[in-house]
Amino acid sequence: MSYSEKILDYYNNPRNAGSLDKTNACVGTGLVHVPEYIEVIRLQIQVNPATSVITDAKFKTFGSGAAIAVSSLATEWLKWKTLDEAAQIDDMYLVEELDLPPAKIHCATLVEEAIKAAINDYRTKNGLEELKFEEVETGFEA
Amino acid sequence: MLKLPVYLDNNATTPCDPRVVETMLPYFTEIFGNASSRNHSYGWAAEAAIDLAREQVAALIGADPKEIIFTSGATEGDNLALKGVFEMYADKGNHIITTEIEHKAILDTCKHLEKLGASITYLKVNREGFPDLKELEAAITPKTIMVAIMYANNEIGVINPIREISALAKKHGVLMMSDITQAAGKVPVDVNRDGIDLATFSAHKIYGPKGVGALYVRRKSPRVKIIAQIDGGGHERGMRSGTLNVTGIVGFGKACEIIFQEMETEGKRLSILRNKLEAALLQLEESYVNGSTANRLPHVSNISFKYVEGDALMMGFNKNIALSSGSACTSASPEPSYVLKGLGLGDDLAHSSLRFGLGRFTTEEEIDFTIQTVTDTVNKLRTISPLWEMFKEGADMTEYY
Repeated sequence: MSYSEKILDYYNNPRNAGSLDKTNACVGTGLVHVPEYIEVIRLQIQVNPATSVITDAKFKTFGSGAAIAVSSLATEWLKWKTLDEAAQIDDMYLVEELDLPPAKIHCATLVEEAIKAAINDYRTKNGLEELKFEEVETGFEA
Repeated sequence: MLKLPVYLDNNATTPCDPRVVETMLPYFTEIFGNASSRNHSYGWAAEAAIDLAREQVAALIGADPKEIIFTSGATEGDNLALKGVFEMYADKGNHIITTEIEHKAILDTCKHLEKLGASITYLKVNREGFPDLKELEAAITPKTIMVAIMYANNEIGVINPIREISALAKKHGVLMMSDITQAAGKVPVDVNRDGIDLATFSAHKIYGPKGVGALYVRRKSPRVKIIAQIDGGGHERGMRSGTLNVTGIVGFGKACEIIFQEMETEGKRLSILRNKLEAALLQLEESYVNGSTANRLPHVSNISFKYVEGDALMMGFNKNIALSSGSACTSASPEPSYVLKGLGLGDDLAHSSLRFGLGRFTTEEEIDFTIQTVTDTVNKLRTISPLWEMFKEGADMTEYY
C-alpha cells in the first residue's frame, strides 16, 4: 500500500507525540479502541478553563502508519481551538487532508471519536454534562 | 558500501545467481530448440540440456531423474499432486490429511477439491508449529489416500518431523506428499530416507529463475500414479503437457547443482548470521521468536515485537530493509497471518511480527545494519504506543487484545 507524502511525513516526524498528566483537572483524555480494528488511539487536550481554549494536545497511537499520522494531524488541529470548535472536527476533513486510502478511513473515524471522548472527559471532570454528538451523514463508509 | 535496501525476504523469492544466469544465456538464442523435436540437432541439444538438468534436480533430493516432472513452479506442483492423486485414487477414497498452516497452494487446492467431493482433515498445530502425530494417525481412515504436509514452513521456518509423519502414512498404506519448497537446498532432503512419495518445489527459492519448478513422483514402492491436469502432447511422461521451458529448466538444474554443493557451508554461515540477528533483537523487551527454534531452517527468523504494529514497523524502514510482516493490513479489518494464528498466537503477537529471511547474498554488515535499524524503529514506535505505556504502568490490557 502506498501512502501520501503527508502521511509519510507525519509518520516519520510525528508532531505532539506524548502524554499529558491525566489526573490534572484541565486535561481531557480520550482513549479509543473498537474490537473490529487493531488501532488503539489516545488523544489528550489541555484546556484553559477561563477561555475554553485548548492550549496543548498530545497523542499516542498503536496501529498502522496511517493511524499514527491522522492522530498527529488531529493534535495540530486541536491546538488553539475552543472546545466548541474542536467538537466540529469531522473525520472526513482528516481523511481529505491526508488522502487516506479506503482501508484506513476508519482510523480518522476513531480519531474523531477520541476527540469527542477527550472533550467529554474534560467536561465531566469539571462538573459539566457530557455533550451528545449527533452522527453527521457523510455518505462515506469507513 | 552497504547497498540499500537490504534484502531479507529470501523466503518470498531469491535473486538468480549470476552463475545460473550465465548457464541459461545460450539457451535463449543459440540452443533454442524444442526438446521434443526428434529430427534435428536443435531439438537434440535441447533434450540433452533437459536430461542434464533433470539429473541435477533429482540429485538435490535423492531421486531418480525419471521421477522428476518439470512444472511452472511449486504452486502448479501442489495442484498437480493433490488434484492428480485425488482423481487417480478416486476408487480407493476421497480423504486427504493436511495441516492448517500449509502454504495457500495446498490449502486453496484442498478447498477446491472439497467442492469436488473430497473430504479434507486440516490438522491443528501446536505453539511450536508441529502437528500432533497421534491426531494425525487417528485421522487416517480406509478412505484416506494421502497425507500432504510441508517439509518446512514458509513463515516460521519450522521443519516438520517428516520421517515420522511418512512412517505413519506408510504404515496405513497412504501416500505421503510434501511441499519441500522452503527446505530443498537449505537442509538435506532425501525422498527415500524421508519416505516422501510426491514432493514439489521451485527454482526461484534457490537462486534460480521464476516460472519453473518440479514435482517428484515416486516410481517404485509404491509406484505413484497421477492424472495429468494439463493435457496436450503428453510431455513429461504424460503427466504434464506443454513445450518444456528449456532455458528455465537449465537454470533450475544449475541452481540445484550449486545449492547442493554449498548447502553445508552456506547453512552454517546463515545460521550464524541469523542467530546473531535474533539474539540482538531479543534484547528488546517483549520480543519473541515464533515457532520452534530447535527444528528450524538456518536462514529464517520470525519475531514479534509486542505493542507495535507490524505494518507501522515496516513503514519505519521499508526504504532500507525489504522483508515481510505477519500483519497484512491491506483491508480495513486486518487479518493477521493464518500461520501465526494457527500457532495460537493472540492478535497482540500476530500483528506485531516480522519475518527475516536471509540468503546467499546476505552479509554481516547488512545484519548489523538491520539490527540497528529495527531496534531504533521498535523503540521509536513504542514511545508513541499507548499500549506500551499501559504495559509499563502494569495496566490491565485484556480489553485491547
